Amino acid sequence: MRPFRAAGGMSRRSFLRTSTAAAGGLLVALYLEPSGRAGGPGAPPDAFVRIAPDGSVVIVVNRIEVGQGIHTALPMILADELDADWSAVTAELAPVADVYKDPMLGMQMVGGSTSTADSFTQYRELGAKTRAMLVTTAATRWGVGPGRCRTEKSVVYGPGGRSATYGELAADAARQPVPDRVPLKSPSEFRLIGTGVRRLDGRAKCNGSQKFGLDLALPGMKTALIARPPVFGGKVRSFDARSARAIDGVKDIFEVPLVSGRGVAVVADGFWPAKVARDRLALDWDVTGVEHADTDALRAAYKDKAKRTATVALALGDATAIDNPTIVAEYEFPFLAHAPMEPLNAVVRFDGDRAEAWIGSMAGTADQAAIAQVLGLPPAKVTCHIEFAGGGFGRRGPLDCHLVREAAAIAKQLPGTPVKLVWTREDDIKGGYYRPMFVHRVQIAAGPDGKPSAWKHVIVGQSFMKDTGLPFEPYLVKDGVDSLVVEGTVNNPYAIPNIHVSTDQTKVNVPVLSWRSIGYTHNTFVVETMIDELAARAKIDPIAYRLGLFKPDAKRFISSMKLLRDNTAWRTSLGAGHGFGVACGMYNGTAIACAVDVSIEDGRPRIHRATAALDCGLAVNPLTIEAQVHSGFVFGLTQIVAGGAITIKDGIVQQRNLDSFAPPYMAETPVAIDVHIVPSGEAPTGMGETPVPVISPAVVNALAAVTGKRYRTLPLVKL
Amino acid sequence: MKTYQLRVNGEAKSATVDPSTPLLWVLREGLALTGTKYGCGIGACGACTVHLDGVATRSCLVPVALVGDRAITTIEGIGKDAVGAAVQGAWVETDVVQCGYCQSGQIMTAVALLKSNRDPSDAEVEQSMGGNLCRCGTYVRIRAAVRAAARSR
Repeated sequence: MRPFRAAGGMSRRSFLRTSTAAAGGLLVALYLEPSGRAGGPGAPPDAFVRIAPDGSVVIVVNRIEVGQGIHTALPMILADELDADWSAVTAELAPVADVYKDPMLGMQMVGGSTSTADSFTQYRELGAKTRAMLVTTAATRWGVGPGRCRTEKSVVYGPGGRSATYGELAADAARQPVPDRVPLKSPSEFRLIGTGVRRLDGRAKCNGSQKFGLDLALPGMKTALIARPPVFGGKVRSFDARSARAIDGVKDIFEVPLVSGRGVAVVADGFWPAKVARDRLALDWDVTGVEHADTDALRAAYKDKAKRTATVALALGDATAIDNPTIVAEYEFPFLAHAPMEPLNAVVRFDGDRAEAWIGSMAGTADQAAIAQVLGLPPAKVTCHIEFAGGGFGRRGPLDCHLVREAAAIAKQLPGTPVKLVWTREDDIKGGYYRPMFVHRVQIAAGPDGKPSAWKHVIVGQSFMKDTGLPFEPYLVKDGVDSLVVEGTVNNPYAIPNIHVSTDQTKVNVPVLSWRSIGYTHNTFVVETMIDELAARAKIDPIAYRLGLFKPDAKRFISSMKLLRDNTAWRTSLGAGHGFGVACGMYNGTAIACAVDVSIEDGRPRIHRATAALDCGLAVNPLTIEAQVHSGFVFGLTQIVAGGAITIKDGIVQQRNLDSFAPPYMAETPVAIDVHIVPSGEAPTGMGETPVPVISPAVVNALAAVTGKRYRTLPLVKL
Repeated sequence: MKTYQLRVNGEAKSATVDPSTPLLWVLREGLALTGTKYGCGIGACGACTVHLDGVATRSCLVPVALVGDRAITTIEGIGKDAVGAAVQGAWVETDVVQCGYCQSGQIMTAVALLKSNRDPSDAEVEQSMGGNLCRCGTYVRIRAAVRAAARSR
């Protein structure tokens, strides 16, 4: 989450020192004991690069791969400065250790589309320093100045036709001091950065060999499932496990504390016996004393609250008194599950004075501390391996670390036994940690030129950050306003002279969490559909209207919208019954503009085409950027497909699995997507979340062009 | 518990499990073939797709007791098949995968499609692949990779 940056515990200076030590450690670790130092208690060798005598280069990635392609992007960046032979490069995910913390955020994590942006310079410097050590080694051998040597594809070339491979030089290079400062390449010297490079994990993910957390098998490992209370925060009053214990392979059944409430853990030889046994438990739950949330009741209450000004997030000019609003609009957004393809899981083994964990975590530092707390150990005594994960979207970084706390609580009862806790898909869909439900109410006055003269906006819904006491709360919550609730409204790119945004951050007994692109999921939808309606009322083209309304300093909005305009000639030949829709947005520095060609087939939006234009600074890997646009668009459509809602009745979640909470399948997503990138030499900015919020407003804007109706209640159940 | 003799990727295997155990969990936990994925357990996502005698089948819904002597092919074995290799190659070439978790099921479904239809239309691709969920949203590249695999044959 972008504002975490300010909370960074690591200064630039201290980071450089750490990485210097790391660069030294890497080569020493490589040549003396390539693998002997990993896997022990505490921090593993602080290594980012290993070069073996055969020339193979292993680059260690300081964050989890959840599909975003960081396991390819960071190695590309390092290998480019290193001048490594890319065909000899492989990558691996770093375990949790101080040296692998995000240099800007001060913790090991993935979130806020920060990975490439934050580690770009770090990985370039690591590559350049390693290269300098190899060059110095070769120059010394040859008795020439390093300035007379050049490098290409893992070979150092010197005067007189001399050459030496990195593999030959690596052992001696390890004994070189790590240089403090090294020159970095100018962009014209990049050989990998800026080119479309296929993923390093592509083949393994196509032949079944890529291991994910759920695939882990350790000697003696047991699988645990938890029977969870039907209402959030409920407790088990009593349970009868006799029938469950009769299942072959069941090892133990016991009550276990949850972050909120208490459940019953079933530990078995494998998933199936654990599941059958869990189904056989006779459970008596105590759900008194906890709020039974109900989405129908919440909707009514939220609509009522939205009629009143709440905690002020932004007041510019005077928008409090709109006498004759041109538009009064109310929007509804449901709770949404993330539903990553790989169900949540974590493996923990407790060994008394230490522990080891295997976690597909987007919040490694926090999860390590949480496991340590549950087990009564210092964090350094908990070795945490980061596993490849089948999608994250925010779900693998819960702020309360509930998953690993549960796993540790079970493992604590079974010392010496690795315990794999699995959330079944039902647990995932029913288990909370949703994108919060929101209601918006907007009143807009338009001037004679059709532009908004005043904009009054009330947002009602839960904050998952406020009152958490987490270290980054002060950076995100200011004057009672959680920036993650209002982002996209208070910083909208349009020149609106009078604007008033307020928010009523409700407390509800439903666990909520960041959902890829967080507040923008609902806020951009509102802003971009309202802007579209204003453009339509003014009878101005939606692209031209936006270009005429952007603030002059909204440079990337302007550059991306112009690029969109230049790549949507197809709009002049839309089929009969098709509509053209536009939306734009920004996340962590990257702006994106999107246009779609939509018709209605069988009562549902059919998206024939989507065009994206974006400005993300330097495009490190255009192939991944294109993939992130595909990904963000499909993920963003989760909130308009008919099955895209979690509803709750008297405390009970009404959806059970992917049959009832149904994310978009192929036919509900764009048939074709073309992606255009503004050429830029500026530092790279975020891509993981940027495309998510713009697709749904673009689609409903296109639907409005077809039907004349405005769609303000999500999901789109009826067109 | 009962012992089952299974033919998996051309090899004879045996597993001793409860007869109700879905083939998915026998493959994953009994035979260490973890390329076949658990996504929903109710046949809604397609991540667990394998071939039984060449027919794309949701292994989470098939109790091991009902497999019988049908030949089981998983993602680990599909590369030995010419169509399987073509599909895997097209997938890599098109850089389809993101998190990759659903892709075993996507590939197994695509192979079954191309074995029954050498040159599927876009509508047929959408129809056949339409039940395999991908939360990363790789669908556009899946369409392209199926077309590329069809062309390469």
